[in-house]
Amino acid sequence: MIRNSASEMAAKLASGEITSVALTQAHLDQISAVDTDVHAFLHVDTQGALAQAAAIDAKRKSGEKLSPLAGVPLALKDVMTQKGIPTTCGSKILEGWRPPYDSTVVANLKKNDIVILGKTNMDEFAMGSSTENSAYGPTHNPWDLTRIPGGSGGGSAASLAAFEAPLAIGTDTGGSIRQPAAVTGTVGVKPTYGGVSRYGLVAFSSSLDQAGPCARTVLDAALLHEAIAGHDPKDSTSINAPVPAVVAAAKSGNVKGMKIGVVKELNGDGYQKGVRNRFEESLELLAAAGAEIVEVSAPNFEYALAAYYLIAPSECSSNLARFDAMRYGLRVGDIDGASAESVMNLTREVGFGREVKRRIILGTYALSSGYYDAYYGSAQKVRTLITQDFNKAFEIADVLVSPTCPTTAFKIGEKANDPLAMYLNDIATIPVNMAGIGGMSLPSGVAEEDGLPVGFQIMSPVMKDDRMYSVGAALEAALLSKWGAPLLSTIPALAGSK
Amino acid sequence: MTSLSRDDVAKLAGLARIEMSDEELVALSNEFTVILDAVARVQEVASADVAATSHPLPLRNVFRPDVVIPSLSPADALSGAPAQEEQRFRVPQILGEE
Repeated sequence: MIRNSASEMAAKLASGEITSVALTQAHLDQISAVDTDVHAFLHVDTQGALAQAAAIDAKRKSGEKLSPLAGVPLALKDVMTQKGIPTTCGSKILEGWRPPYDSTVVANLKKNDIVILGKTNMDEFAMGSSTENSAYGPTHNPWDLTRIPGGSGGGSAASLAAFEAPLAIGTDTGGSIRQPAAVTGTVGVKPTYGGVSRYGLVAFSSSLDQAGPCARTVLDAALLHEAIAGHDPKDSTSINAPVPAVVAAAKSGNVKGMKIGVVKELNGDGYQKGVRNRFEESLELLAAAGAEIVEVSAPNFEYALAAYYLIAPSECSSNLARFDAMRYGLRVGDIDGASAESVMNLTREVGFGREVKRRIILGTYALSSGYYDAYYGSAQKVRTLITQDFNKAFEIADVLVSPTCPTTAFKIGEKANDPLAMYLNDIATIPVNMAGIGGMSLPSGVAEEDGLPVGFQIMSPVMKDDRMYSVGAALEAALLSKWGAPLLSTIPALAGSK
Repeated sequence: MTSLSRDDVAKLAGLARIEMSDEELVALSNEFTVILDAVARVQEVASADVAATSHPLPLRNVFRPDVVIPSLSPADALSGAPAQEEQRFRVPQILGEE
C-alpha cells in the first residue's frame, strides 16, 4: 500500500477499498520501522495524523465531496509553521517552540484534507545542501545510508524514497527542493516565485524562498501543487493570478512541437559522467516524443553562484535578526542584571550552528557601509543579467533543461569542512531562484559508476509552470516504458521496511 | 585578494549580536579569505550600465482595506515567551541605569 503513488492511494480511498486511517497507520508503521536509520523526521504527530484521518473517513462516509488528495498522508518540512506542533527549522534556537498559528501552506493542506504525518529534517534555517547542518543530526539517503539525501530539504526527499510518505512539502531558496529530489530519485518542484504563499514559512532569503511540492511522480507533484498554490492576501509577494493548470499538463504529457532549450553552460566540466549520460538519454527520449531540442546560451549563469552567496546571506542576516531571545525560542544568560544585548549575544552564540553564523557574518559584511556597492550591489546587477539571459533563452525555447546537480549523492562528512565545495552542488539550480521562474527535478536513471540516482531539471518561464509538468510527464512516461517499472522500485530495501 | 582579520570578524559578530570564541573568529577569518575571493567575481560583470534587481517581481506597495479581523489571543501570543509577567513579554534590561 505504501509503495503506491499518491494518486493511486487517492483512487483507493475514493472507491472505499482502503480508509485514510489504515493508510496513515501503514505510513506511521513504516516510519517506526525505518526512521531510526533514515532520520527523515524531527517530529511525528501520530495522534494528530490519525485524528485527522478519522475525521476525513467520517466525511467521506457521510457523502461529502472531497478534494482529489483527501486522506493521503504527507510529510512537512520543519520550516513551515503548524499550530501547536514543534517547528525548529533544524535549529537549537527554536527547540521546543510550538507556533500559535498555521502557515498558509498548512491551512491549504488541511482544507484539502491532506493528512500531516509530521515534520521533516533540514539544514538549519534551510542553509545547506546535505542536511548535515541540522542541529538534530543528519538525514541518511535511503539509496545508501552512508550518503547525504541532499539539502536543505533532505528529510522531505528521504521520506518519499523510504516510503514513509507519498507526498512532502519542501522549500527552495537555491535548490533545496530540486537537489534533494535529484539525489534521492524523487520529483521536486519549485513553483514560480509568488505562486505559493510564504506566510508561515520561516524566512531565510525572502526574495528567493519558495515552497513547493515533493512527490514520487510528476502527477502527484501537480496534484499537491494545485492544493497549496494560489493568491494569499497574507503574503504581499503572492501573485494574484490563476494557478497554472499543472494537473492537466501532467495528465497530458504532450511535448509535440515544443522547443526544449539545452543550457550550454549547465553541463560539461565538473559534471559527473553518469550525470551527463542520463541527461543525453533523456534528451533523446524527449526528441522521440516529438519535442525539438535546441541549444541556448546563458553566459551570465557562471556568476550566479557568487551572486547567490551574497544575496542570500545578506537577506538572512536581516531576517534572522528576529531570533533575539525576547518573544519566543531559546534565551541564554538571563541572569539578574544582564543586559538585553548580552542575552542576545549569548543566545545566538549557543542557538545558531556554524553555517548559519557564517552566512549571517558574510551578509553583515556585504551590507555594511563602504562594501555594499562592491558586494550586495554588484550581486543585484548580476541578478538582472541572469534574468536577461533567461528572457533571451525563452524567446528561443519554451522550456530550458539541464542536469539538476553536477554529481550524485556524496558521502556524509565528505564536504562538511569545505563550504565552497558544498556550495557548488547548487550551481545548476540557483539561476532559477535568482530570476523567480519555475524549476522541476525528476529522476532520469542512475549513474553507471555508482548506481545512484540522477536528476533532470526543467525550467519554465514565470507563471508557465504547466510547461515543466508537460515535459516532466512526457519524460517520466518514456522512461517508465523503457524501464518497465519506476526507478524507486530498484532502491535497495531498508532493514525492517514494510 | 580581500581578507578579513580576526578583529574585523569580531566587529561584524558584534554588529550581528553573536558572541564568538577566539577560535571561531580565527577560523571564520580564514574561511572568509576564500569565500570573499569567490563571491567577488560578481564585480567582473556588474558595470555601471546594469540596473540592480532586488526582487523577482515588479512589485509596488500592496494595500488592503483596513478592517478588523481576529488575531492571536494574548495567551497564544505569549505561548512561546521565554519569560512573561502581567500578560507581557518579560525581557532583560534594555536601557542603561540613569
